[in-house]
Amino acid sequence: MPSLFCFGLTKAPARQRPRMRPLPCRRTWGRGGPYQSGEDVEQLQQLVAEARERVEGATDLKALDEVRVHYLGKKGALTAQLKELGKLPAEDRPAAGQKVNEAKSEVADLIEARKAALAESALADQLANERVDVTLPGRRPADGALHPITQTLERIETFFAGLGFRVAEGPEVEDDFHNFEALNIPEHHPARAMHDTFYFDAHRVLRTHTSPVQIRTMEQQQPPLRVIAPGRVYRCDSDLTHSPMFHQVEGLCMDTDITFADLRGVLSAFLQAFFDRDDLATRFRPSYFPFTEPSAEVDIQCVHCGGDGCRVCSHTGWLEVMGCGMVHPNVLGHVGIDAEQFTGFAFGLGVERMAMLRHGVNDLRLFFDNDIRFIGQFGQTG
Amino acid sequence: MRISVQWLQEWLQIDETPEELGHRLTMAGLELDALEPAAPDFSGVRVGHVLSVEPHPDADRLRVCRVEAGEAEPLTIVCGAPNVHEGMRAPVAVVGAVLPGDFRIKRSKLRGVASEGMLCSARELGLADDAAGLMALPETLEAGQDLRAALGLDDTILEVDLTPNRADCLGMRGIARECSALLDRPLQAMDTPAVPVACDARVDVEVRDPEACPLYAARVLDGLDAKAVTPLWMTERLRRAGVRPLSAIVDVTNYVMLELGQPLHAFDAGRAGGRIVVRRGEEGESLTLLGGEQTVKLSPQDLVIAGKEAPLALAGVMGGAASAVDDATTRVILECAHFTPRALAGRARAHGMHTDASHRFERGVDPTLVPRAMERATQLLLEICGGQCGPVEQNGETPASHGESAIVLRPERVQRLLGVALDAAEIERILRALDCQVAPTGNGWSVHAPRARFDLEREEDLIEELARVHGYDALPQTLPKPVAPVSPDAGLRSLRTGLARQGFHEIISFSFVAREAAQAFYPDVEPLALANPISSDLAVMRPGLWPGLVTTAAYNQARQQSDLRLFEHGLRFVPDASGLRQEARLAGLLGGRARPEFWEGGARSLDFFDAKGVVEGLCQHVAGALAFRAERHPALHDGQSARVLADGQAIGWVGRLHPALCERFDVDPVYLFDLDAAAVVRAPVAQFAPLSPYPSIRRDLALVVAESVPAGDVLAAIDELGLELVQDVRLFDVYQGKGLNPDEKSLALGLILRAFDRTLGEQDVAGVTDAVVQHLRARFNATLRQ
Repeated sequence: MPSLFCFGLTKAPARQRPRMRPLPCRRTWGRGGPYQSGEDVEQLQQLVAEARERVEGATDLKALDEVRVHYLGKKGALTAQLKELGKLPAEDRPAAGQKVNEAKSEVADLIEARKAALAESALADQLANERVDVTLPGRRPADGALHPITQTLERIETFFAGLGFRVAEGPEVEDDFHNFEALNIPEHHPARAMHDTFYFDAHRVLRTHTSPVQIRTMEQQQPPLRVIAPGRVYRCDSDLTHSPMFHQVEGLCMDTDITFADLRGVLSAFLQAFFDRDDLATRFRPSYFPFTEPSAEVDIQCVHCGGDGCRVCSHTGWLEVMGCGMVHPNVLGHVGIDAEQFTGFAFGLGVERMAMLRHGVNDLRLFFDNDIRFIGQFGQTG
Repeated sequence: MRISVQWLQEWLQIDETPEELGHRLTMAGLELDALEPAAPDFSGVRVGHVLSVEPHPDADRLRVCRVEAGEAEPLTIVCGAPNVHEGMRAPVAVVGAVLPGDFRIKRSKLRGVASEGMLCSARELGLADDAAGLMALPETLEAGQDLRAALGLDDTILEVDLTPNRADCLGMRGIARECSALLDRPLQAMDTPAVPVACDARVDVEVRDPEACPLYAARVLDGLDAKAVTPLWMTERLRRAGVRPLSAIVDVTNYVMLELGQPLHAFDAGRAGGRIVVRRGEEGESLTLLGGEQTVKLSPQDLVIAGKEAPLALAGVMGGAASAVDDATTRVILECAHFTPRALAGRARAHGMHTDASHRFERGVDPTLVPRAMERATQLLLEICGGQCGPVEQNGETPASHGESAIVLRPERVQRLLGVALDAAEIERILRALDCQVAPTGNGWSVHAPRARFDLEREEDLIEELARVHGYDALPQTLPKPVAPVSPDAGLRSLRTGLARQGFHEIISFSFVAREAAQAFYPDVEPLALANPISSDLAVMRPGLWPGLVTTAAYNQARQQSDLRLFEHGLRFVPDASGLRQEARLAGLLGGRARPEFWEGGARSLDFFDAKGVVEGLCQHVAGALAFRAERHPALHDGQSARVLADGQAIGWVGRLHPALCERFDVDPVYLFDLDAAAVVRAPVAQFAPLSPYPSIRRDLALVVAESVPAGDVLAAIDELGLELVQDVRLFDVYQGKGLNPDEKSLALGLILRAFDRTLGEQDVAGVTDAVVQHLRARFNATLRQ
């Protein structure tokens, strides 16, 4: 088994310098013989000197190899000297052989050294030639981005997932019962007029809030329940601060022991987490929603001015961010949950508003113009 | 609701600053919207008494007045107001006075005559918008008195946003009741003694719809002077409440409505006749409303107050022009009635109206107010306009309602809902302060809610009252017992994030589009139309996501952003025989260059295969085999359009936008895809498959087939063979041209072969290659290219 921690294999040497094997030294030759005379030795030295000159004159590996072949190859000048040894008397051969081999070895060393020098300079040339302008831009796909509303929704979903709230979904073309009746908003209720409903016919509307998902969830399942319902909602209203389509997140938490104190605790923790501020002040104001009792609106300390009062908070120091309350017994009655046995809280928040506050967006309409210069400001993810 | 603190003080003592009071109301659910002074800052303005008026020697329009203003000598003041007259009392700004807008009054000369101050209009003091002339003050005011003190102008108006359940606070009496509970301070009793009946003038009242109008009271007041001047205290209170003073009779009805919350109406008895019938409107009837500018068509859904024949008023909404009081009126029929919220709900709105009366009746008016408001209005009318009143004709009874039955309040329920036990004494105090009748029982209380509180019907309603008055912020905060966290939807998140990493911008476009756009893209779908669209551009529910993507592309291209990769996730709405399908889709658009502009140059334009590649990436986890089939879509280029199939099921489309639609929507060429989100948003857990330790062998084949043979079919055919050794087939070249017949093409395939139990030999390779070539020859008449 190869080791998993096989660090040594991560990088192979880029280019090994070719190495010349030293010539084998045959020890079969005897002592004495030629090359003991001054003339022979001189001739050998001359050959070596000539070789040195030619080695140094070689400017590339190819020329150098020609030099090698010329002197050390099978038919090379020095190799020929060895072949001559056979003509010598046996007792002279070892000494002569040693001389020739010394000469061969010297030339081989010269070639080797020259080769190393040439390789080094070739590498230096390569490095010089392969230099790039590292300040040129890198090659990568264009930047994309998730819509800031999606990012805000994901942030909200992630927080509530940690508290055990799963995501529930429902239809956007909703029936009158789920959007109104079951939420304790009978026909002619003043709250209906406040909803600026888009409708299709007598019984079908575009949902005006994500609260119907609350109903659909409770119709299908008995408590304990922890769900949030993010999604698109619609109101027949369009101006600087109103879009006919926007997003809400509805939340529902129901069990045998859920209290208004839990509602406050969960929402305060959520708002502090959402705005990354442990000390973010929240306040709960009594309000009215037909489907909760008691009902509250939640304000946070203005995230723009820190509560001192500014244009964003209309100089009150507070920003209204959510509506919430304890689920109304009439609502429970519509879905067949025993209000004596179970209690629960529900809340709803406007996602655009949360995104605007978090990212400092000052115009609601930007979210739906879908100018990629706008969307691109919100990075790739989360 | 605009609340004058001064007026409120008539009901209870207020020690708090207006800011403190506003905060307390806000934290009790009556949200403070604005705080404003009853009058802007000004100083040095006094009550002036005009002693004489002389013409200006050098100016026709100016007069020279002598004005008593509390100085040793009367002041000489040059005045241009048309209504200045001798004996009149009007505000005078003396030298040194500062008017709103930091306008300082100095001694001056007007056309040669010295002026020692300025007589003021209401507008100059910031008290009204019209500048018809000098502000006439009552003769009862003493000359020289500071105007702010004389008119009680150092008052603050709290503008409070009321939720629809708090109709009881649409009158000062209700606000005072609320404040008394919040501040734990006693409420001043205000009696309204019955005015003695002094004449026998009568009106017949018939109520034909007692369910809608359970109680109708009317009386005749005779001998009124309609031209009588409304006293200043009343016009000031009306003004501060945001109601324009009109004439004494109308002012009184408005005043009583503001004071008690009960709307009233005065008919001119001479024009209304002697008979009142409360009935439903009839088809064909119409009514011209007060002011004479609007005529409404009536229907049986409307409740009307009629005379002998014709309708006189839209009940609880507005009176009619024909029976309106005017300066000549001497006899009025004063109406004070209870209309049920159900009967009036939505009626004003149906006629495009919203009035103070309809606002109150729709939300619920305390039915026990009827006799009290009748007496109060009678008293004020007789005080101001003189005259006498006839007997009250009352038809019906104070309706029984929720307040009649007791609500059981259990302390353990209080604790269970709020998460904290409230002190029993505090519970009783709060309920009594809110005018509830509270009787302790063995375990808790039996509570009767006041008739004004239409919103107190059950135990939870009372618990909200307790929490509200006690203060939400004084209640504890806890966290519910922890449960296991759930994992967020990983599938959709990773697809979205993956697209963003490939350079896609996510868009969110409206779910409604123009009908023409829907039909251009999806001519086979009759889209679901809104009954009340906000505009024709947003009239039908989108049958698909492409119109939004293409419109967004055009928007961005018009802003010099041509390299576009957009996607959207959302519902499409397709009506069909079984109803309406609302299906989540994941759709996208690509346009411009295939890669971002780069310094190497050579950026090619996007083509079909860039879009298809994105789709292939998105479809990694579809169930079954993914396939693309050439098929026409009305919105796509005929030759560059494919159905996306997973396991043979159609899950979407990919293709190039039809050139005709490019032109129509003014967009450069773009590629589109649209996928069933449910089919692609799957995140199966990856399952390990063993790796072969043996090397693979690649064998390349060039096969000549007819040009019409889809490459995908060839690849699928190899797949069909189910050859165990074939690990992968790579289509690495498609060639047409020299060396081939014009109706032929060559497909270069790289077969990657590998076994799990051995190194493959030449025999294995030949076996596989032969099998592939033979099969393709049989299927497509394919030949090996020479």
